[in-house]
Amino acid sequence: MKVNGTVPVVEGQPVLSDEEKLSLRNIVEADRTNHAGRQSYMDILFEVQKRYGNHIPQAVLGEVAHLVGTPPAQIDGFVSFYTMLSTRPRGKHVIRVCTSGPCHIAGAPAVVGELKKLLGIDLGETTSDGMFTLEASSCLGLCGASPALMIDDYAYGNLATGDLVRILDAKRSGWPLDSSSTKTTVKDTIKGEQRIVLRNAGLIDPENINEYIARDGYAALKKALSMTPAEVVQIVVDSKLQGRGGAGFPTGMKWSFVAREQSDEKYVICNADEGEPGTFKDRLILEGDPHSIVESMAIAGYAVGARIGIVYIRGEYVLSIARVKKAISDARAQGLLGENILGKGFSFDIEVYSGGGAYVCGEEFALLESIENKRGTPRSKPPFPPEKGLFGKPTLINNVETLANIPPILQKGSEWFKSIGTPSSTGTKVFSLSGDIVNRGAVEAPFGVTLRQIIEDFGGGVRDGKRIGFIQTGGSAGTVLSSKYLDIPLDFASMKAYNVSIGSGVVLVASEDVPLLPFLDEVAHFFHHESCGKCTPCREGTLQVKAIIDSLVNRTADPQALSRLHKLLDLLVDTSFCGLGQAAPLAFDSALRNFPEIFEQALGESHAPEACGEE
Amino acid sequence: METRLLTVKINGRDYQVPEGISILKAARDYAGINVPTLCYLEGISEEGACALCVVEVKGARNLQRACVVKVAEGMEVLTSTPRVRDARKLNMELLLANHPKDCFTCDKSEICELRGLAADLGVREVEFTRTRKEWLPFDETSLSLVRDPNKCVLCRRCISVCAKIQSVNAIDVVGRSSDSAVSTFFNAGLGNVECVNCGQCLQVCPTGAITERDEIPMVWKALGDADKVVVVQTAPAVRVAIGEEFGMPGGTQATGKMAAALRRMGFAKVFDTDFTADLTIMEEGYELIGRLKNGGTLPLITSCSPGWVKFAETFFPKVLDHVSSCKSPQQMFGTVTKTYWAEKMGIDPRKVVVVSIMPCTAKKFEKERPEMKSAFHYWKDKMGLRDDEVFNDVDYVLTTREAAQMIREAGLDFVHLPDEDFDKPLGESTGAAVIFGATGGVMEAALRTAYEVVTGKTLAKLDFMDVRGLEGIKATDVDLDGTTLKVAVANGLGNARVLMEQIERGESPYHFIEIMCCPGGCLGGGGQPISHDPDIKKKRASAIYREDAGKPIRKSHENSEVQQIYKEFFGEPNSEKAHHLLHTEYCDRSCK
Repeated sequence: MKVNGTVPVVEGQPVLSDEEKLSLRNIVEADRTNHAGRQSYMDILFEVQKRYGNHIPQAVLGEVAHLVGTPPAQIDGFVSFYTMLSTRPRGKHVIRVCTSGPCHIAGAPAVVGELKKLLGIDLGETTSDGMFTLEASSCLGLCGASPALMIDDYAYGNLATGDLVRILDAKRSGWPLDSSSTKTTVKDTIKGEQRIVLRNAGLIDPENINEYIARDGYAALKKALSMTPAEVVQIVVDSKLQGRGGAGFPTGMKWSFVAREQSDEKYVICNADEGEPGTFKDRLILEGDPHSIVESMAIAGYAVGARIGIVYIRGEYVLSIARVKKAISDARAQGLLGENILGKGFSFDIEVYSGGGAYVCGEEFALLESIENKRGTPRSKPPFPPEKGLFGKPTLINNVETLANIPPILQKGSEWFKSIGTPSSTGTKVFSLSGDIVNRGAVEAPFGVTLRQIIEDFGGGVRDGKRIGFIQTGGSAGTVLSSKYLDIPLDFASMKAYNVSIGSGVVLVASEDVPLLPFLDEVAHFFHHESCGKCTPCREGTLQVKAIIDSLVNRTADPQALSRLHKLLDLLVDTSFCGLGQAAPLAFDSALRNFPEIFEQALGESHAPEACGEE
Repeated sequence: METRLLTVKINGRDYQVPEGISILKAARDYAGINVPTLCYLEGISEEGACALCVVEVKGARNLQRACVVKVAEGMEVLTSTPRVRDARKLNMELLLANHPKDCFTCDKSEICELRGLAADLGVREVEFTRTRKEWLPFDETSLSLVRDPNKCVLCRRCISVCAKIQSVNAIDVVGRSSDSAVSTFFNAGLGNVECVNCGQCLQVCPTGAITERDEIPMVWKALGDADKVVVVQTAPAVRVAIGEEFGMPGGTQATGKMAAALRRMGFAKVFDTDFTADLTIMEEGYELIGRLKNGGTLPLITSCSPGWVKFAETFFPKVLDHVSSCKSPQQMFGTVTKTYWAEKMGIDPRKVVVVSIMPCTAKKFEKERPEMKSAFHYWKDKMGLRDDEVFNDVDYVLTTREAAQMIREAGLDFVHLPDEDFDKPLGESTGAAVIFGATGGVMEAALRTAYEVVTGKTLAKLDFMDVRGLEGIKATDVDLDGTTLKVAVANGLGNARVLMEQIERGESPYHFIEIMCCPGGCLGGGGQPISHDPDIKKKRASAIYREDAGKPIRKSHENSEVQQIYKEFFGEPNSEKAHHLLHTEYCDRSCK
């Protein structure tokens, strides 16, 4: 037994020098300036991590806790929540290989295997020369170029296992390797496409505000400022625009909820934490047309009475973060943000907050917690963000794609917008098309488009003349479908009518060669990995789902495996705290419904292993 | 203030319930239906994490958490449908799948809420397999507490109490998903971080994940050693709570039975910490009078509570000058026993074993502080002791729970034991000492003595009602014959923090402050029996004040044995000898 009396110093922990302490203090203070007096632990810790070789040592984190005024255990809880932060020593370069759905289909397991072999390490390990750390990652939004990986801030896509040696060698010798292979270009408009959201992406230089202005940019803001806020809200209400993040909540209604709140402070937040596996449409907007988001947020701020806007962008989207930041400062320079915008007496400014590698932060309350420098765990609702959101103030949260619709709606009117799409779903939807098809990429089409049109007309059909094995729509939190569903018109009503999820617009096509159960195993892994861990059903249930799918893949399932799976899926829907756990069963439920024979076969071929005496 | 009443239908019956309450409260308090909860602690931890309190609400797609969802007009709630029962049961099974199934040997088995709920929900088998690959190591770094992360169900009650009630924030959730764990900074262990050892986390833990550091085997061993003279002291708050461990109602005064039990277990002497509580009043009272007279640092703050002392050392090193230099009654007792008493009885102090029975887990830490070896230093030169013969003033600390456990192990029928007295001379005490066990008690005891010493008059009314009760911060003015003494009392460290920040800002109006680490004072200590009775603290407090009222002597300075020890040994309060043996010093633990 150790006798206490003085503070025991944990052995092996170096004491920080005064210079180190000063430099940490400078980082913290610089961050305060960047966030208008607020703080972003994420930004501070990213910077600190960079200085200390891709990890945050104990003494350093202790000092940061002291500087930001947070209990050490809390900041440890924060760091350990976000996968992009690490307190464990890592290599000079961190390789994050995407293992989610689209990359899985495209050969991610082989890429991981090859990297393990080349580096001589397992996932989560660092090479003995301290050069590389190998990590598996959830979707990186590079699904148009899968399989893909990131090394530090650079993305590499369309990987063949043979490419890996060259990439590693280049990194070792410090050559800056071109990562253009991942640029999901927005192609020329294809037949049937109608571009509202993607009106500028690929056509203008996103870093040049004048090119945006030349294409009617900021005209909608000008127009909005000549109207009353209530009139602006009404146009959005009338347009019947629905949220494009996945839930489809009427945007105008959300705006009016926030607008009617009385408060000294309100916030407009752009949810750019795009993480739904298979989704990369928001990245294309952020990278290709960042001013459309800046303009929309300013309009939203005017309409609901907010002065502060925040774009919460997932940390992996390095280029998006840079472009949005540049767009904000350019807009500010032209008097389109800041005090007294366009001389109309309206003041509004925008800050960027980074995510840290946590899918759940796309859930609106988890996102707010994250901006408040906490672990991204959801809050209970009601109250909803329009009443009590960021820092307890009324908050409007809209998805990137939703916002990108706003300027055209203001310009052309709600009647024009309603004329596009279907009665239940107005306007267009950007679909992120990936998997075994000829043309992968984002495609924007009016609601009501069918899967067949998306896959055959835009996608050019399944590669190598194969047949469709299965299609996943809506992402990992979406539905697994057979080709029976090809001619169903896709809109927000299709979930109710046909059990087809549209979600964030993912269309992931797997050819007949892709086995379903290992794919579902990856989906199960994803949900378990991304569960925040707060509530029992999601934390424990997703892991048990994974165990059952594992046993089906390995043909070791016991006879009750499927009935247990059904019970678990119902439990997740019924008792999970937030949307993550509630939506996790969709893929499995729909797969069980559409491909029952695959499960039955796996069960039939299973031989439960001899029970080994546990405990 | 008028609260609107809503009509809510619960299981088919209408109830009028106030607006703003949760479904859980409506069900429990108005419909008499016990919706099960694991992670919920009213007002402290309302996270909705465990998902055991789910109910059906008409119109809602999913099951709703009764603990966080508020009632609404016309709401229809169903608390016991097959869907609800199955979901609760299944969530419980998910928790049990990874729980160590060692209930036979678990410390908390008898009172484990997890085990109780599993039984109530009718879980008869767990159809899920264990998914964790390894058992996690225990945190044994603390001198007071042991954590077994394998038994943690991630309810977060400990975190909420540590943060919201105690404002210590020693623990938080780290990791994500099923790697989530309650942990200290960098998993350094409770003994290496800000933890003040109060044990409030242990009190609220629904499972056996947090327990006190077990000292029972060492005490049995000492009792079996013919060469040792094993004496025991019992703190004031123990006697009003230990009966609960034997099924006696909350608030039972079990002083006599406790003394009888300890004597039958083989303790050579059964003494009373109350004796040194009176001694503390003499020392601290004179310290206060001295500071008032000589323009010393004010306010003076009490130092009886070792959790509070470590809190001050960790978070408010600048106020340490304000903290009384008096040792706590437990430590004074150890020193007095191994100096005065051993000398008087002619016993080799090395043979004396002092066992404390405390309502407190922090006392286990306190006894190991390097300053707490005064008796050894007293004897070192006199007896020519070698450095390696060093001994602590107090050898072992048992919590109230551990003491009860030993009584059970000894096979004693506690409830039917006769009432017996403490042994002399360290067994005499006053009502002033007894009330140390409740928040405000030290203040009241000090006021009874200070008034009479300062004014030379007899106090007409002994009860200072303004400092009694369970409010977090109490303040009052006391008229010392023309001089106004401004005093404050805080219990729970979150409340202590408020008063300390006031001192740091130079805005404290007080002369004297009593701080007790635990809510309610020692009677709500981390070492007390774990009770699910929301009124238990009130019941224990009323027992304490009953005991005080029934004492023939109620002022510390009238304790004849205390008067005797000054005459025979210390000379007078705050004498040089008293300073060597009864006072201590503190260290700044704020260094990161």
